[in-house]
Amino acid sequence: MSEQPKSMTCAEFQAQLPEFIGSGASAAGHPHLKECALCRELLENLETIAQAARQLFPEVEPPDELWEQIELAIKKDEGGEG
Amino acid sequence: MGQARVPVKGPSGEVSGAEPAEGTAGQLAAKQVNAQQRTATVVSIELLGRAAAGDHGAFGEIYSLHKRRIYSLCLRMVGNPAEAEDLTQEAFLQLHRKIATFRGESAFSTWLHRLTINVVLMRLRKKGLQLISLDEAMEPTTEERPGRSFGADDLSLTGAIDRMALQRAIDDLPAGYRLIFMLHDIEGYEHNEIADMLNCSIGNSKSQLHKARLKLREALRVHSREEGQR
Repeated sequence: MSEQPKSMTCAEFQAQLPEFIGSGASAAGHPHLKECALCRELLENLETIAQAARQLFPEVEPPDELWEQIELAIKKDEGGEG
Repeated sequence: MGQARVPVKGPSGEVSGAEPAEGTAGQLAAKQVNAQQRTATVVSIELLGRAAAGDHGAFGEIYSLHKRRIYSLCLRMVGNPAEAEDLTQEAFLQLHRKIATFRGESAFSTWLHRLTINVVLMRLRKKGLQLISLDEAMEPTTEERPGRSFGADDLSLTGAIDRMALQRAIDDLPAGYRLIFMLHDIEGYEHNEIADMLNCSIGNSKSQLHKARLKLREALRVHSREEGQR
């Protein structure tokens, strides 16, 4: 996978994309991307989507009463053990 | 051809994630959470001994420190507040049972994060949800076939990404795709970890993540075209 033919087609490159997912550094330096704006755009789009998705899920507080429920569950659990 | 350059941090300045992978900007972003996690971990470690010895007050403090992360994780994974509460309760119940087994080989917050993921996955399996679809992985549809080449018209995912449209697109993903997308792109797990969690191959995890992202891109492009026609 380290040696890529310079004449790789878009189809061939895209077939290899799943391998690059999660290893963006190696994909970014791929020879095909240097000569193909379409695939470069595709890769950038996919990365942009992933980044945008992270912003959709900010951390939120659970309801206050959840701790009471957990305490009850723990007591019940301990009671069952004892 | 302007790309929507989205800041990596969320509106609250927090980035969700556990053990981040190497490489992409997104995954580097996931690494930022580690500093926050470590801060929480230092405080938690101080309480662990007491909590493990049955001190309910200490366990309550650990809950207070981690409830936000754990509840948010559950909510992201299942998308339903009531179920997320139930899963959070189950995660802390499991924590209470297992806290004495924490050996400090990883950060406590990372350990708890993984414990919670396991609770969620167990629940999804009990509900009969197929966590990874071999059919989906092995038989890509025409639109997502990797070898498909595309023309100039396919390029556009321009301008700012519509958050609502992206949220809908994620919600509409097949369950297996959504799960891997959440674990990898949102929670920051690596493919070998996901493969381990879901009992699938690393290649399968990579393939499904790629297809998930392609599906999201397609959905956003359709949305963009529809908006353009109005």
